[in-house]
Amino acid sequence: MRNEWGRVLAALINVLGDFDKAEDALQDAVVAALKDWAAQGIPDNPRAWLLQVARRKAIDRFRREQIFETRRTDLEQLYQPEQLDAEQVMGDGIPDERLRLIFTCCHPALSEQAQVALTLRTLGGLTTTELARAYLIPEVTMAQRIVRAKRKIKAANIPYRVPPPERLTERVGSVLSVIYLIFNEGYAASSGQDLTRIALSGEAIRLGEMLHALMPREPEVAGLLALMLLHDSRKPARIDEDGNFVALEKQQRGLWNYEQIKAGLHLLEKAGPIEQAGPYQLQAAISAVHAQAADYQDTDWHRIILLYDQLYAIQPSPVVKLNAVVALSMVQGPASALEVLERVEAEGKLDRYQPFHVVKANLLKSVGQKQAAAEAYRLALSITHNRVERDFLQHCLKELEGCSK
Amino acid sequence: MQYMLLIYEDNTSPKPGSPEWEGYLKEYGVFTEEVKAKGVFIAGDALQPVTTATTVRVRGGKAATTDGPFAETKEMFAGYYLLDCKDLDEAIEYAEKIPSAKYGAVEVRPVMVFD
Repeated sequence: MRNEWGRVLAALINVLGDFDKAEDALQDAVVAALKDWAAQGIPDNPRAWLLQVARRKAIDRFRREQIFETRRTDLEQLYQPEQLDAEQVMGDGIPDERLRLIFTCCHPALSEQAQVALTLRTLGGLTTTELARAYLIPEVTMAQRIVRAKRKIKAANIPYRVPPPERLTERVGSVLSVIYLIFNEGYAASSGQDLTRIALSGEAIRLGEMLHALMPREPEVAGLLALMLLHDSRKPARIDEDGNFVALEKQQRGLWNYEQIKAGLHLLEKAGPIEQAGPYQLQAAISAVHAQAADYQDTDWHRIILLYDQLYAIQPSPVVKLNAVVALSMVQGPASALEVLERVEAEGKLDRYQPFHVVKANLLKSVGQKQAAAEAYRLALSITHNRVERDFLQHCLKELEGCSK
Repeated sequence: MQYMLLIYEDNTSPKPGSPEWEGYLKEYGVFTEEVKAKGVFIAGDALQPVTTATTVRVRGGKAATTDGPFAETKEMFAGYYLLDCKDLDEAIEYAEKIPSAKYGAVEVRPVMVFD
């Protein structure tokens, strides 16, 4: 049923012109479906069934609220599409309105947190309880966040539509960043008690697939989906049997999901020439180089450096530079990588960025500066909250102290 | 739907007498012409600088008057447009065209409707 939630909801919002009414009606229809389908089996076209019943439920609600007279136009709207239904069901189902829905949910006039919550609630069909658990906040807070966002959509009249061509690139960017944010939230979570959060990366991939199906010609949409699939393909190798984090260098590459890698590479290729690539395509291309390497040493680090340079040219962030430093150390050795790292450090923007201290520690260790390396590991530990990552860093630290004896 | 576009200037905005001032006023003229021609203009005004502001509060039936704006901030409320737009996206498009958006900021607020 969750597969149908987003499709049906998007269609209902289009007809009813209101998020809350649409959601209430769909909720009613789902309750009816649970009873009806258990007794009579799942209908041939569950989507059409849900839409039809939801529409009837919406009419019931209008009547109950005794606004039959004043809201005549609403009711007329409700009846009209019903006649269309028969042909649509005969054909290929219901017009897909999910693009409108995702552009509205990811409207830059909403806060980033609200965009994430609303997208997962409406298109992903996650309940408020599930969302609260995934984002580790009280259910009331999550519920308020969603209510406030919906209220703003209505009060400020945020349009329910796909933005016009001149705004499309900018607004697609906003949608992509919401999806990637969801993916990373799930990807960063890694332990048993984090299972609900891990599911978020699967949700993000589903959203990415949906978006790609709806906008097959947007290169960055394909790029993001490729990036997520390539990252996700390593999930089975990132954690060992004891629940410990395994760095890329030490991963058993046989455990990678090669179906996902194949799909990612295919998408990346279809997305277009790398010379004109956007940031998601470039990151996917970097991930692809890793995916195609037999092992860590064998990786085409020269190509990775070139790709990072290209990425830095369009997205000049210290995080991009930090990643390039790792590749540089593989080509030119840790000493020259440390020199570049010092320049990045001097900018002072990565003081609280845990991966920076980990990279620094690893490089210092390679050049034999054990004490400075230990200090960097300790600094990294002091700003790491994820249990698996903490265990990993503690292990690194112990290893370092062990070999200094 | 009516949107109030609240214009905030900061200390980088052109000042009267500065070389940029004439061009700045001209840009405002062009914008005002555009919103009028498109039929979305309802009202719009520029305010005198905050140095002319007086703030009034009534507490326990007693009025207290003080010199200066309500809030001392880096960005100062300088004027507004009241526009009739079809949705927030249209209002945002006009907000982007207001000359002050390049220096200070423009806050877009839907007008409350009591029914």
